[in-house]
Amino acid sequence: MQGHSEERPVDKSPVAPDRAEVYEVFVRPRRGLSHTHVGSVHAHGPDTALRYARDLYTRRTEGVGLWVVPAAAIKSSNPDEKDMFFDPAEDKTYRHANSYEVPEGVEHL
Amino acid sequence: MTVEDPRTTAVTGLGHYVLGLGDDALVLSERCAELITRSPTIEEDLAISNIALDLLGQARGLLAHAGELEGAGRSEDDLAYLRLDTQFRNCALAEVPNGDFAFVMLRIYLLSEYFILRYAALADSADSQLSAISAKALKEVSYHKLHARDWVIRLGRGTAESAKRAQAALADAEPYFDELFDDTWIHPDLITAGIAVSEAALRDQWQAALDKTLSEADLELPGASRPFSGARHGRHTEHLGNLLALTQSLHRAHPGASW
Repeated sequence: MQGHSEERPVDKSPVAPDRAEVYEVFVRPRRGLSHTHVGSVHAHGPDTALRYARDLYTRRTEGVGLWVVPAAAIKSSNPDEKDMFFDPAEDKTYRHANSYEVPEGVEHL
Repeated sequence: MTVEDPRTTAVTGLGHYVLGLGDDALVLSERCAELITRSPTIEEDLAISNIALDLLGQARGLLAHAGELEGAGRSEDDLAYLRLDTQFRNCALAEVPNGDFAFVMLRIYLLSEYFILRYAALADSADSQLSAISAKALKEVSYHKLHARDWVIRLGRGTAESAKRAQAALADAEPYFDELFDDTWIHPDLITAGIAVSEAALRDQWQAALDKTLSEADLELPGASRPFSGARHGRHTEHLGNLLALTQSLHRAHPGASW
């Protein structure tokens, strides 16, 4: 135990958190496309997370942009509340544009 | 029948210089490759493997070019697998064993700063092949530096244990610094002609970068070591022979093996 867990008295701010955190990784595959979630990495701080993400997820020229986001910063919908959240949308077909007829002569719709 | 003394059959001139550049990359690559499956986390394992592969790619280009310059028909594989340790021209800092994680990261950091200065200068080399290889390698080693520098600072300013180890790694590495800036293995005409770079001329910039990093990391150069020299001229530490025995054993047992 001796020395291992003891914090060194420093006069500078800590350079990294003590524990590795999970970061979710988003890659932008091409200019003009959105960043897409591809996976996660464990890292001590965002700078390291970004480099690990680069090494893990862009090895084969998969992207031109990278985001890493602390997983803890993500507020997720609760699977137990799935019915309440998503089912009410099922019978509201009028929210889709299915029944609209495309006027003649309209391009690029 | 004449038997050539393997200690004296070496490519000369520009080929000799390019061989030294290639050996630096090859030997450091081998040291990094030893850490595959040994790193503290899978993310760091992949980061170090990537560094090893980048360096191997640089070594391949440089050794192939050295072989062409030599003009004796030796390929990159011949040069990597069929030379003795005394024929390698890499610096000793690249070949000493990995030790602990602090030394691993410090070594990658120190040599990356060095490679950055060297490749940035060589990107303007009068030798177009060397210039092209250097421009590509510069991007890779800049990234390696970013990664390793961050670790050096983190270890230096981390726990009492990590700071102690980072400081010890610095003391272990320091004897090999002088050799990095020794021009005696480079033909002076190559430097005059703008083909090679004077490594001695890179020292101030390298030292300034190192000082800045060490100050951020709360580390201090011991400054009291006895400098090692001779690796560029084939007088290596005892560790290179062991490293090459592992690297070359397959090729020596099965010449020309491929998959």
